[in-house]
Amino acid sequence: MLNASLRQLSRLLSDKKISSTELTAGFLSRIKSLNPDLNAFITLDEEKSLNQAKSADAMIAAGRSTPLTGIPIAQKDIFCAKGWLTTCGSRMLSNFISPYDATVVERFDQAGMVNLGKTNMDEFAMGSSNETSYYGPVKNPWDRLAVPGGSSGGSACAVAARLAPAATGSDTGGSIRQPAALCGISGIKPTYGLVSRYGMIAFASSLDQGGPMAKSAEDLALLLNAMVGFDEHDSTSLQREKEDYTKNLTQPVEGLRIGLPKEFFAEGMSSDVSRAVEAALAEYRKLGATFVEISLPNSKLAVPVYYVLAPAEASSNLSRFDGVRYGYRAAQYSNLEDLYARTRAEGFGEEVKRRILIGTYVLSHGYYDAYYLQAQKLRRLIAEDFAKAFEQCDLIMGPTTPTVAFNIGEKCGDPIQMYLSDIYTSAASLAGLPGMSIPVGFGDKNRPTGLHIIGNYFREAQMLNVAHRYQLATNWHELAPPDSGN
Amino acid sequence: MQWETVIGLEIHVQLSTRSKIFSGASVAYGAAPNSQACAVDIALPGVLPVLNREAVEYAIRFGLAIDATINSPSIFARKNYFYPDLPKGYQISQLEHPIVEGGCVTIRTGDQEKVIRLTRAHLEEDAGKSTHEEFHGMTGIDLNRAGTGLLEIVSEPEMRSSTEAVAYARVLHSLVRWIGICDGNMQEGSFRCDANVSVRPAGSETLGTRCEIKNLNSFRFLERAIDYEVARQIDILEGGGSITQETRLYDADRNETRTMRSKEDAHDYRYFPDPDLLPVIIPHEWIEQIREKLPELPGHKNHRYIQDFSLSAYDAGILTATREVADYFEKTIGLLPGQGKLCANWIMGEVSARLNKEGLEITQCPVTPEQLAGLLLRITDGTISGKIAKDVFDGMWQSNGENADAIIDAKNLRQVSDDSEIEKWVDEVLAANPQQVADYRAGKEKAFNSLVGQIMKTSRGKANPAQVNSVLKKRLAE
Repeated sequence: MLNASLRQLSRLLSDKKISSTELTAGFLSRIKSLNPDLNAFITLDEEKSLNQAKSADAMIAAGRSTPLTGIPIAQKDIFCAKGWLTTCGSRMLSNFISPYDATVVERFDQAGMVNLGKTNMDEFAMGSSNETSYYGPVKNPWDRLAVPGGSSGGSACAVAARLAPAATGSDTGGSIRQPAALCGISGIKPTYGLVSRYGMIAFASSLDQGGPMAKSAEDLALLLNAMVGFDEHDSTSLQREKEDYTKNLTQPVEGLRIGLPKEFFAEGMSSDVSRAVEAALAEYRKLGATFVEISLPNSKLAVPVYYVLAPAEASSNLSRFDGVRYGYRAAQYSNLEDLYARTRAEGFGEEVKRRILIGTYVLSHGYYDAYYLQAQKLRRLIAEDFAKAFEQCDLIMGPTTPTVAFNIGEKCGDPIQMYLSDIYTSAASLAGLPGMSIPVGFGDKNRPTGLHIIGNYFREAQMLNVAHRYQLATNWHELAPPDSGN
Repeated sequence: MQWETVIGLEIHVQLSTRSKIFSGASVAYGAAPNSQACAVDIALPGVLPVLNREAVEYAIRFGLAIDATINSPSIFARKNYFYPDLPKGYQISQLEHPIVEGGCVTIRTGDQEKVIRLTRAHLEEDAGKSTHEEFHGMTGIDLNRAGTGLLEIVSEPEMRSSTEAVAYARVLHSLVRWIGICDGNMQEGSFRCDANVSVRPAGSETLGTRCEIKNLNSFRFLERAIDYEVARQIDILEGGGSITQETRLYDADRNETRTMRSKEDAHDYRYFPDPDLLPVIIPHEWIEQIREKLPELPGHKNHRYIQDFSLSAYDAGILTATREVADYFEKTIGLLPGQGKLCANWIMGEVSARLNKEGLEITQCPVTPEQLAGLLLRITDGTISGKIAKDVFDGMWQSNGENADAIIDAKNLRQVSDDSEIEKWVDEVLAANPQQVADYRAGKEKAFNSLVGQIMKTSRGKANPAQVNSVLKKRLAE
């Protein structure tokens, strides 16, 4: 059951071999036993989850089920869910019960999925290791000394440890793909604008994009079918014809032209990751794909550009957390200024404050042109690099991360080293392109590695197909960490 | 030294759209605190703005009315600052690429016409309100107004006196109501003025240091605040001092302006394009559709009234002050071709005086334009005199809808033009006033008018005054 695919679960449910209530209760009890150590979840609400499971069972009994009805899903705590504590990993929202559902939550709810709980994350999605969470670090289920990656570390851990069959994540510079890689699961960040951002607490609005995290590409396709779609509450959401991402999953990939950016296969990638990625590429060669060397000359600037633009937007997005209307408020203050200062000093963690400072600085009078505007120009150049590359290839592949998961505490004192975890993922985010990570084996200390696939705009179906073909030929995605189900 | 005053105005016009500019909440005034603030207005985590199409249409309407450029794309930007009634910690406004750029309006002071150019008009959201009175030691926040659409209209510094500034503000006040984008209610804050004021030696080309005066919620305060500020600045300069650039608050009770914040504590608003809102692309066809629906504008009407009805510029100005008055005038004149001046005099005189007295708007006038035309027709055809007409008008007002003819007949007010009848009244008055007759004959012209007055009185106003004149002259010459 724990290793079953969503399709298998769906069949079991519709064949009444198992009820959603049983399935949900099963996962909840597993969470109860494993979560105290893994810390993947911030909030659990057994009653709410089981009530939803009951409704799902009723939907199934009434013959009104969708392919996802009755299947539990863990929600990253960045998504507002009505009646649920929604903290975004921050003390600032440690008392915030959302009065409304994010569009993503609402869509899964309508599909009949069961909210299993809210997963841990880096505070306001700012981090690459899940160590900035007010609720403490999450452990990597493959090696509990290691980080799970971030910011969607709780979701990645939950899926990898088989605490949930699926989870939601959000990705601003790599927050779905990097933890997916470090936890050995599959995750996709769709084209910017495909998944509604309404109710997903904003970090950097022009980059934030929600997406699914699961064991396989096939599961991702099913989840994406429910998740994608125009939303009138989000002005940046795109109006497009609905696509069935499962339709072409099994198409052969013969003749596929895979672009390999020379900048990604250079200094910086550790040898264990390199070995795993090369082996995956060899597998694709067997499947009939061809390779072209491409160049993304400006991608080396992606991390600095990202760390100007994302903090700039964040500094403004996080201004609403002022202690006036909801959320944390300092207990003692002498006047308005003091209320703001103490509330934000006490309510935000160090990394969030660091980014607010950076963002405030780069938007300030006299610095705006040199930083913000300059970064915007470079962002365009980075996107143009991709546009040129896609004239030569169908997809781009490379490592998702330069190394396997590092140890908890290892990079805490060195923000720059931490920021470089996103070196391969942030360029696609800046260009608004879809990116995904699939597990391709293990590196040092038997920690997982991921293959990064970047597609052209709206090529999610093609990416999922290419990933699925690989997963038909290999079994990395089926492996679960010890003590986690096998 | 001679000083020249330089004034530019920033006017915040609250748009009378049904819902807020970035949310679906209602904008109705006066509801219970925080009852009209939705998730977006109170800036819950995760919410996003969606631009109200109607607000954009209103801004375009304004842009077309002042012959400005409509920018496409137009960009929304965030203006960042902390304040309890600003829920997001930033205001969505516009910096570069405002929706409306350029344009001009014509103002009149006395007989002078002057064109004032506008810099820009941009869309933004209003903040909520902080109330300090009702909660001891605390501040109450009402977010009902938060997110209401505003059009901020910025003029070039082209006004040279408080009189011009008021004239400009009045023209805009009339225009925004005329094109139906704002209710113009200044007490409720629908139309708010800030003035940038500076002075410089007459003939100088460079601008002096300016002060921005806030809290001007009536035309009277606008005028007084500018006058005070100009005097203050001249005082300082003549005393050898210099002006500090700052924002000043007008205190109506004390009739003075005082420092609110200096340039040093000016915020760095850290404007940047709002990533939650896409650039607004305004198709040419949409602009043309809006143009077609625009009513005839006051400036155009004004010229037409002067040309077609031979009205003075002054009269035309008053009749085009609001769309409602112009409508009333046009309906009346439509029934009385060629009587522009008569209609104008009556609407600006009797009708407007009575409305003022009773505190009514012209749309609430109990005498309809059709009825007024019916009354004025009886003056032009000689049935009644202008003086009797005022009584009839009063009767129409009181009776709430009775026609002039019915009242004239019922009260027997028809003008008497029958010579024998008039001669009878003349003889009666002459017989009773031998002294005045003698005075007149001795050369005292004034005695004539007094006699006319008494004859009119005897006839209870019904005698045709022209005939009274000629009969009396004939009799006195005998």
